[in-house]
Amino acid sequence: MTRRRATALGLLAAAIALPGLLHAAGADFYLSLASRVLVDALAATSLNLLLGYGGMVSLGHAAFVGLGAYASGVLLSEGVTGVGWHLAVTVLVVGLAALAIGAVALRTRGVYFIMITLAFAQMLYYLSNSVKGYGGDEGLSVRARIRLPFGADLRDGLVFYYVALAVLVIALVLLARFAASRFGRAVQALRDDELRAEALGLPAFACKLAVFVVAGIVAGIAGALGVNLQGYVSPNALHWTQSGQLLVMVILGGAGSLWGGVAGAAVLLLLQELLAAYTEYWGFWTGWVLLAVVLFARRGLAGLLGARP
Amino acid sequence: MSAQRGASSVESAGPLRAECRTAGAPLLDVRALVKRFGGLVVTDRVDLQVRAGEIHALIGPNGAGKTTLVAQLAGQLASDRGTIFFDGQDVTRLVAHQRARRGLVRSFQITRLFRSLSVIDNLAFAAQAAGRGNFAAWAPARDAVAGAVRARTVLERIGLGARAGAGVEQLSHGERRALEVGLTLAGRPRLVLLDEPLAGMGAEESAAMSALIAGLRADCAVLLIEHDVEAVFRLADRVSVLVNGAIVASGAPQAVRSDPAVIGAYLGEPDPP
Repeated sequence: MTRRRATALGLLAAAIALPGLLHAAGADFYLSLASRVLVDALAATSLNLLLGYGGMVSLGHAAFVGLGAYASGVLLSEGVTGVGWHLAVTVLVVGLAALAIGAVALRTRGVYFIMITLAFAQMLYYLSNSVKGYGGDEGLSVRARIRLPFGADLRDGLVFYYVALAVLVIALVLLARFAASRFGRAVQALRDDELRAEALGLPAFACKLAVFVVAGIVAGIAGALGVNLQGYVSPNALHWTQSGQLLVMVILGGAGSLWGGVAGAAVLLLLQELLAAYTEYWGFWTGWVLLAVVLFARRGLAGLLGARP
Repeated sequence: MSAQRGASSVESAGPLRAECRTAGAPLLDVRALVKRFGGLVVTDRVDLQVRAGEIHALIGPNGAGKTTLVAQLAGQLASDRGTIFFDGQDVTRLVAHQRARRGLVRSFQITRLFRSLSVIDNLAFAAQAAGRGNFAAWAPARDAVAGAVRARTVLERIGLGARAGAGVEQLSHGERRALEVGLTLAGRPRLVLLDEPLAGMGAEESAAMSALIAGLRADCAVLLIEHDVEAVFRLADRVSVLVNGAIVASGAPQAVRSDPAVIGAYLGEPDPP
């Protein structure tokens, strides 16, 4: 067994044991925080695919998270709770949105790409503000949760935790396979030198669009999980500051490292939780941490811990 | 063909014309190609034919528009007028990757390699890019045997057999130039456009590269853009001369060398530094 695989299995075992340990320590409250870390880790991992692997710096990725949250939230408020419906509708809605946005945005590069993804995300942000039937600017509260086979229900914190963990593990396995595949190699070449990759016959636009849509769908699934955790989604979920937070997570954790999104989400959320207990200016201190990582650990926390890019 | 008037008469005077007829349609057939940047005509009604299995050199002084023409042929630049036929089909409206997939692949004057891939992975990617399997996202890339074999073959051929696992940044200038050419070969092209492959090379490296290019005839046709006139006359089956964006002569090396228009425009000048 390689060291890499041993690390992964060790982390997985720790994640599986965590709820039991929290319960034994009488700290059940932290289970929902752990679940939030898993959901944000999934969202950050999807942006890591786009940014770290694909080299596409999107400042609108939270729009897909929010769109997925609204897709699931609207279904719940309409009384639809079957997991199949939620999965199908989230994938379809977010996938089509990502396809449409990507088809336009990917015709630009660099700073223009950043700006156009930001513009599309803000359009969706204002759209979500204006849907009065589903909460408008107040946000959408839902009491129902997704129901799973065998009578399980995402209302149960423990069930939610393990479902979120399973989804994150699947996403990480897929990302690891992708990174070592021919498609992964093509995307890497594309990130290095798009003109050259295209001159060798690679359909660059189609490759980037595929990555963009998959990253969007995974973000949407994270959003759908999020609304089932919080019971609430507001337009703020789509706001560009949320996209910025996702970027911070990926850069902090290590863009282009398998664990980058997970490490970034975990450290940022725990740091916020910890600092918020002492100061309301926690953002100031997390800013210093980000600065230190960018200056002294260019490959992020995952890189610092020796993960392969 | 109207633009024949632009070229000198060497082509029709030599024995090559008859050969051209018997050989059938050329692999690459460029007709009256034009590119303007604002009011400046950079490519001026260029006619150019490259046949299968030949090394066709394109020479011309600095600023003649050689690299612009290569970009038009490979699809990085759209042409304003004219037609490009490749293997009998009009490819003028195709974008770069579509042309590459048909076997028309270029190299770059300024080396462009994939810096996060090892030497062998650069070649393995190049071997896969023009074929199928670019979207295979589950199976490990190392299991794609055909591409790996092809990459290894090209690696040996460009003389980098001992450098397979090296990063691109560890290579010397000559090795980087060799890999630059190797990338264009990996996908089994039918015509390669080599943009100054000998530029900046030492004598030994230059000889190795010349030998590599000379050996390509068996695999594909070559359009060789080169500054080193002596190397060109050693390697090429035919030579075209580009001056101010227009072809002023085209034909067998000896005929072109003695063409008064060429001597006036180009060969009479001292070699560029």
